[in-house]
Amino acid sequence: MSATGVQAAVSQSQAILALQGLRVHFQTYEGRVTAVDGVDLEVQRGETLGLVGESGCGKSVTALSILRLLPSPPASFEGRILFGDMDLLKLSPEKIRLIRGNAISMIFQEPMTSLNPVMTVGRQIAEAVRLHQGVSAQEGWERAVDMLRLVQIPSPRQRAREYPHRMSGGMRQRAMIAMALSCHPQLLLADEPTTALDVTIQAQIMDLMLRLKEEFQTSIVLITHDLGLIAETAARVAVMYAGQLVEEAGVKDLFRQPLHPYTQGLLGSIPVIGHKFETGRRLLQEIPGVVPSLLDMPPGCPFHPRCSQVMEVCSREAPLLLDKGEGRKVRCWLWR
Amino acid sequence: MLQYVIKRLLYTVPVLIGISILLFIMLRALPGDPAQVLAGELASQEDIQNIRVQLGLDKPIHVQYARFLFRLSHLDLGRSARTQNPVIQEIWARLPNTFLLAVVATGLACLIGIPAGIISAIKPYGWLDNLVTSGALFGISMPVFWLGLMLVVVFSVILHWLPAGGTGGVEHVILPSVTLAAFVVAFIARMTRSSMLEVLNQDYITTARSKGLQEKVVIIRHALHNALIPIITVIGLQFGMLLGGAVLTETVFAWPGLGRLIVDSILARDYPMIQGVILIFGLLYILVNLVVDMLYALVDPRIRYD
Amino acid sequence: MTEASAKAAPAAHRQDGEWKRRWARLRRNRAALFGGSMILLYTLIALLAPLISPGDPAAPNLISALEGPSAGRLLGTDELGRSILARIIHGSRISLLIALGVVSVGLLIGVPTGLISGYYGGRVDFVIQRLTDMMLAFPGFLLALALVSVLGVGLKNTVISIGISMIPLYIRLVRAQSLAVREQVYVEAAKAVGTRDGKILLHHVLPNVMVPIIVQTSLGMGMAILFAAGLGFLGLGVQPPQPEWGAMLGSGRSYIFHAPHVATFPGLAIFFAVLGFNLLGDGLRDALDPRMKA
Repeated sequence: MSATGVQAAVSQSQAILALQGLRVHFQTYEGRVTAVDGVDLEVQRGETLGLVGESGCGKSVTALSILRLLPSPPASFEGRILFGDMDLLKLSPEKIRLIRGNAISMIFQEPMTSLNPVMTVGRQIAEAVRLHQGVSAQEGWERAVDMLRLVQIPSPRQRAREYPHRMSGGMRQRAMIAMALSCHPQLLLADEPTTALDVTIQAQIMDLMLRLKEEFQTSIVLITHDLGLIAETAARVAVMYAGQLVEEAGVKDLFRQPLHPYTQGLLGSIPVIGHKFETGRRLLQEIPGVVPSLLDMPPGCPFHPRCSQVMEVCSREAPLLLDKGEGRKVRCWLWR
Repeated sequence: MLQYVIKRLLYTVPVLIGISILLFIMLRALPGDPAQVLAGELASQEDIQNIRVQLGLDKPIHVQYARFLFRLSHLDLGRSARTQNPVIQEIWARLPNTFLLAVVATGLACLIGIPAGIISAIKPYGWLDNLVTSGALFGISMPVFWLGLMLVVVFSVILHWLPAGGTGGVEHVILPSVTLAAFVVAFIARMTRSSMLEVLNQDYITTARSKGLQEKVVIIRHALHNALIPIITVIGLQFGMLLGGAVLTETVFAWPGLGRLIVDSILARDYPMIQGVILIFGLLYILVNLVVDMLYALVDPRIRYD
Repeated sequence: MTEASAKAAPAAHRQDGEWKRRWARLRRNRAALFGGSMILLYTLIALLAPLISPGDPAAPNLISALEGPSAGRLLGTDELGRSILARIIHGSRISLLIALGVVSVGLLIGVPTGLISGYYGGRVDFVIQRLTDMMLAFPGFLLALALVSVLGVGLKNTVISIGISMIPLYIRLVRAQSLAVREQVYVEAAKAVGTRDGKILLHHVLPNVMVPIIVQTSLGMGMAILFAAGLGFLGLGVQPPQPEWGAMLGSGRSYIFHAPHVATFPGLAIFFAVLGFNLLGDGLRDALDPRMKA
């Protein structure tokens, strides 16, 4: 299967990526841990899907599983990850490599450590292009410079010859974006791309990503714990807790009317500037308790010990994901 | 880069001065009278006094030190009390032998140790890794002089394949360099393994994989360069160690190098020689360190631009 | 969406749980267990030497000199007819004593110096670092050898010489850790509250420096035995007739052609002792802090 063949197979269907019953287990000293527990998700063509949750809820593991970047012992998988009509979990290593950096790309959280410190930036970008499109070193370099220009790095030709440590965090992240988009992928997995950056730089990077998304018609899965970011950039949002999907909705619907108590808690804990002035002093709400350890999950609904609207059934049985129509899904006994 | 080199060079100056002072004090603070020792047991008081004047031991201490430094700058390290030859000459005669052993041993160690470390890091806890790790552990725990003797027993006494010592042709170099190399191979293999493991855990390796590169390419093109940076330092330091630490191996194999020289000098209380050899060792070691630092800057672009 | 207030707990509390987990990891670590057992065995042998020794390590018996291993004499006899096994058993006392002495010197002088150097920085640090550079300008064994040439031979001087050559290692190690710890927020917090430097060093810096010190101590004990044996081999360490393993090897060297066992067995004793310490050190490093580099 050639690289172009990969791209072609996908353009038939509307949903570019479909996770079906994805489960990811890790074998550790203390036992088997399930980091992702039955996730069903779809990413449509050209849309930005936000994947939200606290640290440790399994969102990064989900993304890494798509590109099979988790070392396979100790990780084991169940379910399907459909890219077009290919199940990524069943592909041979050679075929997965054709997809990585080519049809599906990923950018990571820490630009400081995600670039090879002893290789020039230009070469790292050119590497992906040369690998997937078989061009010469010269051509690859030109394309790298072009990409750097596209991500608005000044003096791109000079920067391409530099090493990552000479660049600021924001610039490095731009370089990563350049690298990820260099082969015009159909899907970009962005794992906390702006978390490690200054707030002002964050805005610039997000703008850049969205602009490039339009230009290349790339779908994006935006993984973050920052709800503000989601509000501004995503079309749909999926909320994860303790390895499970607990709510999914269009972004406006989610913010206007969150259904799951966890989502409500998340939204309620966002400080609002000027709130005190308008409606009187209000304490910042928090969700009491802590995220459960994956080794020691509570029975029934994993969120019930912290839930303000907990019912008797919640501690006995785990709720299933309910599709309420109009793109809204929620996993909670309140909505049965 | 130039700044870095100059800074490193400057740092060595106080160290060298410090060593020379320390040596000077050390040897003057010895119990016993060097003049007496030089003169021997049967010398008369007059002879001893003559020698004392000759050595300048009758002058005040700072004058002695100044003369010491002066002669040092002319590479005049005095004369051996044992052989009456100039110290520098004796050292110069033996330095190439020690150097040869050190080079061969280090070369062997890199040829075997680095690939071994890489292979065991790629599949950690696999059978190959366990083999390499155990072997390396044995290598660093083994007393080098015992290994030498055992090798002599096996290859010289029992098999009669190789000579038990001395210089000559290639066959004379084999056993001593293998003995010396044992520790270094083990050390380098361990360091390479742990450096590779650490590098393979880094984020940029995940990034490289996410681009679709073959694992082979990821390891050779991305991981190796980064892993070797600290290893180069280690290799250089080990080489420096071998220059000075081959004492035991040289003794076992009667190898005419600097190590034997210093042992013989210590046993014979040949103070000028001891002082000279230690000084030269210090100088050599510092030089090696300097070269290593430069290599480091060459290999790691982050250092270069600071 | 707040985490439990774990961050506010003082560093001391965090140590408790951390040490429990470390102990659990240690017990699972095969290298540490194996190495530890070997060391324990050696220690027992050393402590019970007079009771378990099959003969007098010092009594010469020229009639039965240089006899190979036999039923009566398990490891054979040396050039003076003494039981090699007995000498090795008694030699364990010497070697372990040297190991303890050497690391004591290194710890007592190296650790405080490293702490001060790393924590205070500035000119004190500069001077200490240059001194350390000077000491590290020589391969360790050579430094010990040089010191022996000044101080003289014998058990005490062996311990002192090797101990001194180990000091710079501890200084470097401890300094690097204190530099890192100095930057931590909880140290800043302690200072802000007005805690005296001494207390900060003792309660905050030292506990975090413990792990590399422990690892280095185990490895250092192995190194001490190796160095002492090396000095003994050259005739510049513990002097005969004391049954130090290296010295035994040294005197046995002349007989390797027709009585190789005289040199072989003491060497094995050294090898297994050092192996034990190295295994233990490796295991400690893996269990106590998997992030440490080799």
